[in-house]
Amino acid sequence: MKNIVVDMKNIVTRFGENLVHDHVNLSIYEGEIYGLLGGSGSGKSTLLKEMIMLLQPQSGSINVLGKDILKINTIEAEELKKNWGVLFQSGALFSSLTVAENIGITLKEYTDFPRELIDAIVRSKINIVGLPEYAARLYPSELSGGMVKRVSLARALAMDPKILFLDEPTSGLDPVGAEEFDKLILGLRDVLGFTVVMVTHDLDSIWSIVDRLCVLGDHKVIAEGSLNEVMKSSHPVVVRFFKGTRGLVRSRAYDGE
Amino acid sequence: MLSYSIFNVFFWHVNKMRKKVIKPIVTIEQKEGVFVIQCKGDWNLKTISDAASVLKKGTQAIDNKSKVTWDVSLVKKFDSAGIILILHYVTLLKEKSCDVKITGASSELEKMLQMFESNTEKTDVLITRGPMIHNGLGEIGKKTVSWLRDIVEFIAFLGESFVSLVYYIVHPSSIRFNAIIKNIEEAGLRALPIVALTSFLIGVVVAYQGAVQLEKFGANIFIVDLIGVSITRELAPLITAIVVAGRSGSSYTAQIGVMKITEEIDAMKSMSFNPFRFLVLPRMIALMISMPLMIFFADIIGIFGGMFISEIQLNLSYTEFANRLQDALEVKHFWIGIIKGFFFAWLIAAVGCFRGFQVSYNTESIGRYTTISVVNAIFLVIACDALFSVVLTELGI
Repeated sequence: MKNIVVDMKNIVTRFGENLVHDHVNLSIYEGEIYGLLGGSGSGKSTLLKEMIMLLQPQSGSINVLGKDILKINTIEAEELKKNWGVLFQSGALFSSLTVAENIGITLKEYTDFPRELIDAIVRSKINIVGLPEYAARLYPSELSGGMVKRVSLARALAMDPKILFLDEPTSGLDPVGAEEFDKLILGLRDVLGFTVVMVTHDLDSIWSIVDRLCVLGDHKVIAEGSLNEVMKSSHPVVVRFFKGTRGLVRSRAYDGE
Repeated sequence: MLSYSIFNVFFWHVNKMRKKVIKPIVTIEQKEGVFVIQCKGDWNLKTISDAASVLKKGTQAIDNKSKVTWDVSLVKKFDSAGIILILHYVTLLKEKSCDVKITGASSELEKMLQMFESNTEKTDVLITRGPMIHNGLGEIGKKTVSWLRDIVEFIAFLGESFVSLVYYIVHPSSIRFNAIIKNIEEAGLRALPIVALTSFLIGVVVAYQGAVQLEKFGANIFIVDLIGVSITRELAPLITAIVVAGRSGSSYTAQIGVMKITEEIDAMKSMSFNPFRFLVLPRMIALMISMPLMIFFADIIGIFGGMFISEIQLNLSYTEFANRLQDALEVKHFWIGIIKGFFFAWLIAAVGCFRGFQVSYNTESIGRYTTISVVNAIFLVIACDALFSVVLTELGI
């Protein structure tokens, strides 16, 4: 049995009157690519933000890398946060820093590496995410949407995270770019061996790179497991998601392979 | 007790940091003309910083064109930082024409080495720059050029706003009355408390200063002339303009700047809504309507402030003050102050909006341009006021 790296139990989240999660349970295993699915407003991003300590649920427990993050003290939290990298939906690059400075900022703050080594790491991360060399000196405002995602991925990878959290990594990318990005994440996962947690509603990503996934709907997890297991569910949300026109086209192509 | 617990936390923290992490050990030895670099233990982000300094010194000591064997068989765990460290020095050694061999890599490690090897090409530029050193002369040149460009752009901006104004006059139905009224409320009505407070205090200050001087000559009654003329003609317009520049000028820049960053302005343009008609003119007109009214308001409050102090300091009753004011204050002073208000309002709104459109697509520039906008607006208001003084004096008004 693989180790569990993220374990959420009985999560209840409420924004004012609005109930978002009603006793949500899920577990993510080491080394897998885990997809969080659901329609708009189903609380996928909220769930992700709870895992990375940006939001707190009203009740429940969240265990990340063996630490209960709802009861953790500040020092431990600081240490824990160095173990994950986050790619935000809009990239969230620091606009006053160049690409290279954006990628190197955690290394500069948290390690005492000499400049050349930080430089070498930054350079290699830039290459590994498929960015051209000259991009290093550009500012975020000078980048295209696809490049912003790649820089953001490079920044998330800078500290060699154990878990990589991705919030809709392929949204806003063209199909070719999205496929490349998926392959990139898959390739990096295979070599570096980190765990990937991604919020997505890109059907192609779900079919091609996600190992396990959960579908959120009606404030609960309505199906969790591998794609085949989830597809067996007869819940209307799952049916609508995978048996809609887009889903059918994709699953036919998938069966044909 | 407290110090004890602080100590405890401290040591717990130190112990925690010491625990678990096996420091990587790097040894560099010379055996039969071959340099052997031996790595042991964990090679990851948390452990390699010592190794980095050892390698830096060690590799410098290795002569050119020597044979180097890099043994990694005793390494337990790797992450990408560890690999990049090794590859970084391998590349440096290769540049010294050394013959470098990496031995003892597990298949997993081999895969990672390949992945990063193809990617770490040495380029001569350092990516992360150090603190910027300004080149004085170059800076002056750049500043001058950008200053001149700003002036040209500002004149173009004013031109475009006049064209839009003409459009407004030709097509009165296109005037954005709702936006104008909303802006009057925001920039005019809501600014009244602060305008009242500042102009009252200015009245008080002038009265105090004047009272001391005039008392020496027994010319108490002339305090009315002093307050009446200075407040209506100079101080009320100026103080109101400065308050409005700080309050509305900055908010115009920030609002339009954010709209530019969130692409709202692009969206408007794509729907063929002219931003001048939708954003600039309503603000300009609103400010030009509310500013003279605010100055009138500031006149009243400022004179009242002066009256209040005259009563206390010079025993000049309110009735006497009011009587004298009717003789002493010619109505032209009041009108000059009001007319200045139109110009000040126009300058503040124009600079505020202009700087807003200059905001580029990053968050830092909003703050920068907001500051610039306020500084420019206050400067222009004072310059314009000085121009008024010169011209009116020459004309003998």
